[in-house]
Amino acid sequence: MQSDIKRLSLILLFAPFALWIALLIILPHMGMVVLSLREKVAPRVYEFGFGNYIDFINEPIYWNTLLRTGSMSILVTFLALLIGFPIAYYIAKIAGKRSRGALFLLCLIPLWVSDLIRAFGWILLLRETGVISSFLTDIGLIKQPIEFLYNDITVIIGLVYTVILFMIVPLVSTLDGMDNAMIEAGYNLGGNGFTVLRRIIVPYAMPGIVSGCIVVFMMTAGSYLTPILLGGKNSSWFTEQIYDQFITRFNWESGAAFGFLLLAFTSVVVWIGLRLTGQTLANTVAKS
Amino acid sequence: MKHKTKITGLMAALLLSTASIAHAETLRLLTWGSYAPEELVQKFEERYPDIDVEVTFSNNEEMIAKLRATGGAGFDLAQPSHDRIHAAQMEYDIYKPLDLSKIDTSVMETSHLEGVKANTTIDGEVYAVPHQWGTSGLMANKSVAPDFKGWGDLCDPKYEGKTSMRLKRTILLGTAFSMGHDPFAAYSDLDKYQQILDEVAEKLIDCKSNIKAYWKGGDDLSAMMLSGEIVASETWDSTAYKLYGQNKDIVFVPPETGALAWIDTFALPRKGKADDAAYKWINFVLEPENVTIMSGSTGAIAAVKGGLELLPEDKRNAVTAAFTDADIANLKFFANIPAGVEDMEGKTLEKIKAATGG
Repeated sequence: MQSDIKRLSLILLFAPFALWIALLIILPHMGMVVLSLREKVAPRVYEFGFGNYIDFINEPIYWNTLLRTGSMSILVTFLALLIGFPIAYYIAKIAGKRSRGALFLLCLIPLWVSDLIRAFGWILLLRETGVISSFLTDIGLIKQPIEFLYNDITVIIGLVYTVILFMIVPLVSTLDGMDNAMIEAGYNLGGNGFTVLRRIIVPYAMPGIVSGCIVVFMMTAGSYLTPILLGGKNSSWFTEQIYDQFITRFNWESGAAFGFLLLAFTSVVVWIGLRLTGQTLANTVAKS
Repeated sequence: MKHKTKITGLMAALLLSTASIAHAETLRLLTWGSYAPEELVQKFEERYPDIDVEVTFSNNEEMIAKLRATGGAGFDLAQPSHDRIHAAQMEYDIYKPLDLSKIDTSVMETSHLEGVKANTTIDGEVYAVPHQWGTSGLMANKSVAPDFKGWGDLCDPKYEGKTSMRLKRTILLGTAFSMGHDPFAAYSDLDKYQQILDEVAEKLIDCKSNIKAYWKGGDDLSAMMLSGEIVASETWDSTAYKLYGQNKDIVFVPPETGALAWIDTFALPRKGKADDAAYKWINFVLEPENVTIMSGSTGAIAAVKGGLELLPEDKRNAVTAAFTDADIANLKFFANIPAGVEDMEGKTLEKIKAATGG
């Protein structure tokens, strides 16, 4: 009797998770696999084959865009870590108990506004006749208005801004659990600030760093709005190619194949990243 | 006691709302932004109190993608352009034939009606009738770019960093015309069309350094044009007319090789559930006073007899400022897109976007 109830509650607790995984993740992906393996031979006629994947390999534009998206995403992840770590450290270790909540909230506030609005905010600031450019002309620092918009740097700024919170949150929660005594001990044993950071704080924060990096990298590589709106003439982004395949070219088959390639590519990058840093998912993401 | 009245009230409200759901028919429109102005929707619902109108704004590509995803279900009336019906129907079977006896076709401008019918007849059945038409062409700020007149001028070094275009098929076709080709004639010979596209791609890649940015929607185009960041651009005519209302120097320029003309149509999705309501909507928006409201919102000209006179005054002024009779005679109507062309054009656009040219 007792064990029946236990089993029932286990099943009930497990059910939402299982349904979510099965219905919203596995099933649609299986549909995509099937779709990506169809080759269009004539209107309403399809054949099974790997043609869509072969097209990708044969067309340098596609894999160049994928590599470009990948490398820019890595850069964004790195910048987010670089900027996010001190912020997280300040919130978790230096700020007082009361201001901590307020600071955390301040980081959250931009997230209450949609991606689209935030991108338009950047557009207003950075355009040639925008706030920053006209301010600089007004104070006489520059003579001609400057266009800050429509280039890769703007895309990177916009993306870092969008994702940095997802770096800060896991970092704060791991750093929060760290005993201050460990840092003090480090100093007592003669370590300087850099050694303490390198030998004590960073290793302790590793689970947070890894999970933050994974989330940020995945979000960046899969983002659509920011690169499209802020990007310029040459800023191709892989998600844009997927959109074009699905919507403009009515080519769902190769769009699905591209979707999978993006998934595979990002997974491989994450795997390589874990390998290079000698981490595993079990002792990082699962812990943080 | 108080609690009880609250509950009864709630129940009554619930009953009422379910009752109204049971009676009302819903007309689900899939159309362009501004093609269902609030004013008209309200007027329509007042005339037919048992019909609720639900509007989804979209564009050609997304309309087809949405209908394709459901096999033509989810909407009762769609409004793709005339060149986007034949191939989509052949390939995905997403529309159903129209019952022309239920539409007051006598008010429609004959040339447009016949043109759309010819474009959208499959196995003797007509799939669409015209609604509004307009053009894609150029716009220029006359105070700084007075002799802007052709697609090629977008790439004129005189305007370096001061022009824009949308990286879609319109600019491919326009550039092809400006280079002396007739892309629509080449639709029947896709090898030839590919050659034209290659030439166009080369030209547009060279042109990249001349362009400030590719615009993505009417809003960013308007902002760039009004702020003076660009002086000329490829554009939809309706966007240019709107800007003309704010700055009389900004005019629509029909390219010397002819503006590209599109006709947005009425078409019934294959699994639509409210055909009668859809026919009512079609006839309703064709009524003269409603045409004026519609055109005021869309900035496009209704494909009805005397459509130009039915434009609101400011829009009519913008049109007459832009078009001479010769320009109208020179319009190039988009030809039906044969299967495969979208893929070729898509590849060309990708090539242009990916090329590094400044």
